[in-house]
Amino acid sequence: MSEVVQAERGPPGPLISTRVAALEVRAPKRLTPLLLAAPLLLYMLAFYALPVLAMLLRSLGETEWTFTHYAALPTDTVFLKTFWNTLYTALIVTAGTLLLGYPVALALVRTKGVTAALILVVILLPFWTSVLVRSYAWMALMGRHGLINEALVAAGLVERPLRILNTPLATQIAMIHILLPYMILPIANALRQIDPSLARAASGLGASPWHTFRQVTLPLSMPGVAAGVLLVFVLSLGFYITPAMVGGPREITLSMLIAQQVDQLNWSYAACLSAVLLVSALALIGLFYRLPGIGNAFRMSAR
Amino acid sequence: MRDGASTGHGAAVALRGLEKSYERVAAVAGVSLDIHSGEFLTLLGPSGSGKTTTLMMIAGFEMPTAGDIAIDGQSVVGMPPYKRNIGMVFQNYALFPHLTVADNIGFPLKQRGVAKAERLRLVGEALELVHLPGYGNRYPRQLSGGQQQRVALARAIVFQPRLLLMDEPLGALDKQLRENLQLEMRRLHADLGITFIYVTHDQEEALTMSDRIAVMNEGLVAQVGRPEELYDRPASRFVAGFIGESNFLPAIVRGLEGDLVVAECDGTIVRAVCPSRPASGEPVMLTTRPERMRFIDAATAPETPHNRIRVTVTEAVFAGERCRYMLRTLDGTSIVLKEPSSAAIRRRSVGEQAEIAWSVADTILV
Repeated sequence: MSEVVQAERGPPGPLISTRVAALEVRAPKRLTPLLLAAPLLLYMLAFYALPVLAMLLRSLGETEWTFTHYAALPTDTVFLKTFWNTLYTALIVTAGTLLLGYPVALALVRTKGVTAALILVVILLPFWTSVLVRSYAWMALMGRHGLINEALVAAGLVERPLRILNTPLATQIAMIHILLPYMILPIANALRQIDPSLARAASGLGASPWHTFRQVTLPLSMPGVAAGVLLVFVLSLGFYITPAMVGGPREITLSMLIAQQVDQLNWSYAACLSAVLLVSALALIGLFYRLPGIGNAFRMSAR
Repeated sequence: MRDGASTGHGAAVALRGLEKSYERVAAVAGVSLDIHSGEFLTLLGPSGSGKTTTLMMIAGFEMPTAGDIAIDGQSVVGMPPYKRNIGMVFQNYALFPHLTVADNIGFPLKQRGVAKAERLRLVGEALELVHLPGYGNRYPRQLSGGQQQRVALARAIVFQPRLLLMDEPLGALDKQLRENLQLEMRRLHADLGITFIYVTHDQEEALTMSDRIAVMNEGLVAQVGRPEELYDRPASRFVAGFIGESNFLPAIVRGLEGDLVVAECDGTIVRAVCPSRPASGEPVMLTTRPERMRFIDAATAPETPHNRIRVTVTEAVFAGERCRYMLRTLDGTSIVLKEPSSAAIRRRSVGEQAEIAWSVADTILV
């Protein structure tokens, strides 16, 4: 429909001439994009697509084809508990980053100059430090004699140091911190693309600041929210270093289970678990595109 | 909608010494203006003249640095826009892209807690009013620019505000569409009986649509008046030059004759209308419209009091309905003259010496 409108408006002369020009140069130019992408495509094929394929094949048995690993999964209590724990952690982390990140994205977009630059630096700081370093930092903070416990005891709020490190809470806190930028940046980007005159229009039409946010800003930022949620959730599913370092020994995640199995040389079972992780992530992405509201949001952002 | 028309009187707006500065640069430098109830008033001016800033202060999107805005005698400075109950149409339409046309128009009603059934009825009526019945379920992006602006207009009047502000609403549309919508806005104004404040830089648009025009320049109101007043009696050189085309003739005051000023221009005595009383010997500028001057021959001397001057034709352009001549006086002043094209009128050629005349009533001292 918008194309029709465009065509109606556009002067017919130049339109036709560009089309003719495009036809003339199309044949030799068609290969150029492919050639430009070729090095990366080859790289991805050799070091990503083929290994993934090899892994998937290995999940079907070391010596002969079998579905035993997959068939055993529904009754495998260790797997089920781990899988649930992984999903639960991803869910909490996603919710946490969204709740903490949305206001920051809003602040980032609504401030100018030095303040905005400062907010951006604080957001991006985690990006410039390795996950390993940050996980160690969290260990130092949350340990039995870490800063948090020392402070709580010193302030007389608790009598004995709390157990924070090596609990699911520790994993969640550290992962929320590490993944926050992945939530904030897409949301800020979506917010920045909203025409500022829309908020003015809403206000002029009688909407209070809260109603303007609820009825205009929030729905129009949904493409960013969807992108952030998807990014954080999928990244959380495969997170390894942080849960391994600060997480609890009992509440392990799928990636930790895979690492364990690899250590024990259970290659085929580890491959099977990896396949489950991969399929979960893909299924989630597919589901997101199909959800009526969010799919619409994705399309709107593409407009 | 119709109920609004029968009961609705437009709001009266009073601006008093309104100022707005950005980092010590004044965008609006002291505007005082009374906008009458039910009036179609246009703020006309070049870009940077402060017209849009003035409108934004009335709407509440900008805080004045000084001065007061009163709507129906009540000061609204400090009142947030959403409490002012003013309709507003933006140049870029500002339709909500995630809402259908019906939801866009229903938006102000929803904010006012109008029940859904009533909302649907009012939205339907508003769509009829802007000639878009049946478009309720579409999204703004599925409409053309002209249709989007009609939706924006419907949204701005559906809640029956007593004041409608429009910021260059037709600026993004092509000429023909603009002329159609100009007529529709005039009709809407007559139907609704509410006050319209319209901002434009297009003098033709302002002249066609407005009851009164406030010409703005450099943050101040240069002149306020009905379109014909501004055109016939511009109060300043700026207004004479900005509205329509004007000739400017430098002259020296030689005396007064009742309401008229007698001045010497290019060695000839001319008379001009003048509200002020300039002193003899003062250098002044006289202005007159190109279409109000004509060539005269000995046989066609006009009867009404007139001024005459000798010129040389430097350029002659035939433009269909009229001929446009560039002329030069002896002292080198350029003059534009527009003459209706007619087989009965002899066309002048370049280099020709001629005498032109124009009525004293059309000569203004600015």
